[in-house]
Amino acid sequence: MMTTLAYIIAYIGLAFFLVAVAARFMMWSKMPMHLRWELYPVAHEGKGRAAYGGSYLEESDWWQKKREVSMLGELKVMVPEILFLVALREHNVKLWKWSFPFHFGLYLVAAATIVMMVGGVAGALLPAALATPVNGIIGAVLPFLGGAGLVLGIVGALGLFARRRGRSLRDYTAPADLFNLLFFIVVFGVALATFLGFDRQFALVSAFVANLVTFNLAPLAAGGTAALMVLLSAVLLTLLTAYIPTTHMSHFVGKYFAYHSIRWKDDPNLQGGKQEKVIEELLSRPISWSASHIKGDGKKTWLEAATEEPEVKEK
Amino acid sequence: MKQPDSVKDIGRNPGQPMAQINPLEQIPLPPPFDKIDEEPTFAQITDEAREKFVVLDDTIAVNIPKPQNKEEEDRLVQGFLSGLEKCMSTEDNWAFLQPFEMSMEHCAHCQTCSDACPIYEESGENELYRPIYRSEILRRIYFKYVKKESPKVHGDIDLNWEVVARLIELSYRCNICRRCAQTCPIGVDNALLSREIRKIASMEMGIVPKELHKDGSVLQLEVGSSTGMTPMIVKDNIEFIDEDTAERTGITIETPWDVEGADILLIHNAGEIMAWPENPGAFATVFEAAGLSWTMSSEAVAYDGINYGVWYDDVQFARVAVKHAAAAKKLGVKKIVLGECGHAHKALTVIADKILTGDLNIPRESSMVTLRDIIRSGKLKLDPSRNDFPVTLHDPCNLVRLMGIVTPQREILEAVLPPGRFREMAPHGVENYCCGGGSGFAIMSGHNFQDWRHRMTGRRKFRQILEAFSDEPMDKEHPKYLCAPCSNCKGQIRDIINYYDAWEKAGIYYGGLVELIVNAMVDAEPGFIDWEWH
Repeated sequence: MMTTLAYIIAYIGLAFFLVAVAARFMMWSKMPMHLRWELYPVAHEGKGRAAYGGSYLEESDWWQKKREVSMLGELKVMVPEILFLVALREHNVKLWKWSFPFHFGLYLVAAATIVMMVGGVAGALLPAALATPVNGIIGAVLPFLGGAGLVLGIVGALGLFARRRGRSLRDYTAPADLFNLLFFIVVFGVALATFLGFDRQFALVSAFVANLVTFNLAPLAAGGTAALMVLLSAVLLTLLTAYIPTTHMSHFVGKYFAYHSIRWKDDPNLQGGKQEKVIEELLSRPISWSASHIKGDGKKTWLEAATEEPEVKEK
Repeated sequence: MKQPDSVKDIGRNPGQPMAQINPLEQIPLPPPFDKIDEEPTFAQITDEAREKFVVLDDTIAVNIPKPQNKEEEDRLVQGFLSGLEKCMSTEDNWAFLQPFEMSMEHCAHCQTCSDACPIYEESGENELYRPIYRSEILRRIYFKYVKKESPKVHGDIDLNWEVVARLIELSYRCNICRRCAQTCPIGVDNALLSREIRKIASMEMGIVPKELHKDGSVLQLEVGSSTGMTPMIVKDNIEFIDEDTAERTGITIETPWDVEGADILLIHNAGEIMAWPENPGAFATVFEAAGLSWTMSSEAVAYDGINYGVWYDDVQFARVAVKHAAAAKKLGVKKIVLGECGHAHKALTVIADKILTGDLNIPRESSMVTLRDIIRSGKLKLDPSRNDFPVTLHDPCNLVRLMGIVTPQREILEAVLPPGRFREMAPHGVENYCCGGGSGFAIMSGHNFQDWRHRMTGRRKFRQILEAFSDEPMDKEHPKYLCAPCSNCKGQIRDIINYYDAWEKAGIYYGGLVELIVNAMVDAEPGFIDWEWH
C-alpha cells in the first residue's frame, strides 16, 4: 500500500514538474515581441566580435550584408555557464563557492536519476546479454554520481543558507527563501542517509525508478527500514522536483529567455521583413496610460499616440 | 554616513532624508586631487526645498510636491498601483513586458550587481544606492499589492504615499548604464526597473523632472529642439559654424540643408550646435572633404537627435523617433547617420528598430562607422603628429555596452594619433563606467543635483580619467585630451572638469572624436583643437 502510494506520488510529482516547466516555457515564449534591449557581449556575434563585445552595427551598410550568427559561439558561453556558473564566478566568487556546489550537486542528482531511468528502460527492453553489462556500468557509476551530488547539494545549500543570514542578504531574504534551502537540505539529507545507511549501491532506489519507468508498481525487494527510507527519499525528491517550478527557482527556464530573448536578441527589423507585420499589430493595440500628454482611453492605439501632434504647449 | 537599515525604511520617518553622504568619508581620488578635505564643497538643499518637496537623500531630482491632504496622498498611491498594473499588460506595455517580468520574477538577491554599480561603490556602499534596493521595493509592492501574493514568499512592505514618492525619486539615482545587468548571473536588469518606475511616474502619474519632459521632449516636439532652436535659428547657427570652421581650417564648407535624394541624413544632438560648435563644423569638414552625398534636415525635431523618452517614457520616445524617420523619408535619403550622441544612437538605431515599419524603416548607421570608413578610404590626408598629446577614450554606454560599437572609434584614433599617445581606461569597452551623466543626469541641475552627480555618479569616471593619465605630469603645461564621442557624456565631463578645476590643475581637456580627425588633416590649418577652455 505504502509502495503504491509512493509510486503514485512520484508519477503525479514528475507530471506536475513537466507540466509546470512547460507552462513556464509557454508563458515566456508567448509574450509579445518587445523593443530591443540587448546587452553586449552578444555570444552569437560572428567575425570574432563576440570576444570583445562588438556587433554587426560596427559595419557600414550592415542591413545589406549577411549577418554572421555563430551557434557555436552561443554554446561556448552557454555550456560553461550552465555547468560551472562562469558569470557568477567572475563577478561574485564568494557566492560562487556555495552556489556552484549546490547547482552542480543538483545536476549530479538529476544525472543519477536519468541514468537510473535509462537503466530501467534498458533492463526492460534489451536482451539480458546487453542489459546486464549496461546495468553493470550504471551500477558502478551511480554511487559516485548520486553520492557526490547529494553531498555537494547539501554543502552548497548550507553555505547559501548561512549567507542568507548574513548582514548584506538578511534584509532581502523572505521566509520562503529560507524554506526553499531548508527543503533541499532536508530532502537531500534524507536521501544521503538512505544511501549511506541502507542502499550503498543504489540498488533499491534503482529498482524503484526502474519500476516507475516500466509502470511495474511492484514492492521493493527489501522490507523494513531500508524500504521505508528509500520510499521516503523518493517521495521527498519528487515533491521537491514538483515544487521547484512554482518558485523563483524556475529561473533555469527564465534564464534561457533572459539570454535568448533579451540580452542576445539583436536580430534587426529589416524593411519589408517579416517582423514588420508583427510590429504593425503591436502598434494597433490600445493604450490606456493616463498622463495628460498621453490621454490613453483604451481606444487610442499606440500608432495614434506616437503620431499625434502635440495639442497645446505645456506651461 | 546615514543609510537605511531595511527595505521597509522607504516608508518610515516621513520627511526625513533616508541617506546622507559625508564627502569626507568618500574614497579619495588619485593625485593631484587626493586630498579629500580640499575637494570642492557639496552644496546643501535649502530648507525651503526640504519643506516643499519629497526628500530622499542629499538632493532632489524630480520635485514631487508633498501632498497636502489625504486625497492627494491616495492619488499618489493609486496612480502608482494603476501604472504598475499597466506594466503587466500586453497592450500597455508590450514594449517591455518580457524584460520587465523577467526582472520582477527571477532576482535571487545575490547582490552580484552591487559591485558593478559605480554609484553604490562611490557612495561608500550606502544601502540606499544598492542596485536592488529600489528594485526590491518595486517587487514587494508588485507581489503584495498587485499580484496579491503572500509577503512570506516575496518579502513584505507597507505601501503609503511616502514609499511611492521616494521610490520615484530613487529611480533618478540610477544612470541606467546597465552595468549591473551585465553581471547578473540570471539576467535580471535592475536598470530596466529604474526605467519602468520612471515610466509609471511619467506615463500614468505625469511626474517627471522638468529637464527631461517639459524642457526636453515636449519642447523638442513643439519647437523642434530641446535647446529651443527653431528651424530658422538652427540654420543660422550652422551657417555661423560653417564660417567659423572655415576660418579655423582654411577649408570652405557649406552644410547642405534639405537635399532630396542625398545618401545620408546627418542628425546631430543639437546640444553640439549650441555648446560644442566645433563638432558639427568638423563633421561638415570631413564629410565634404570625403565627397559624401549628405544633408541635414531643417524639419522640426529632425535637426536634433536627442530622444529623452528613452530614459522615462515610451510614448514620448516613439513620437520623437517617428519624427526623425519621417524627415528622412521626406528627403528620400538612403540612410540616417547619427552624430556623436550615444543615446540618440541607441534610441533610433536599436530601440526604435521595433517601432519603424515600411517606408519609415530607413537604415540607421553610427557616425563612428561612417568616419571609420572615410579614414579607411584614404580620401583624407592625415598627419598624426599634429595630435601629439596624450589621449584617452571614454566609451559611452549607449554606444558600446548597449550597441556593440567598440572598434571603429579605436581604429580612427589609431589612424589620427602618433604611436604611443593613446591609452585605454581601465576597464573599457563594454565593461566601461558611465560618465555619470547617463539617463538624463547630464542635463539635470535643479537644487544641488549637479553637485550630487559630481560626487556620486561622475566620481568613478573622473577617477578613471585621472588613472589613465597617471603617467603624465598633471599640470596645465602638459595638456591631455579626453575623447568623448557623445554629447551628453561631454556635458557631464565638462561639468566635472569644471567642478574639480581639472583643466587648470591637471591639464585635462575634453572633446569629440571628429575634432581629432580635422586636427590631423593636412589640408586644414594646424590647431583646430585650440585648447581654449569653454
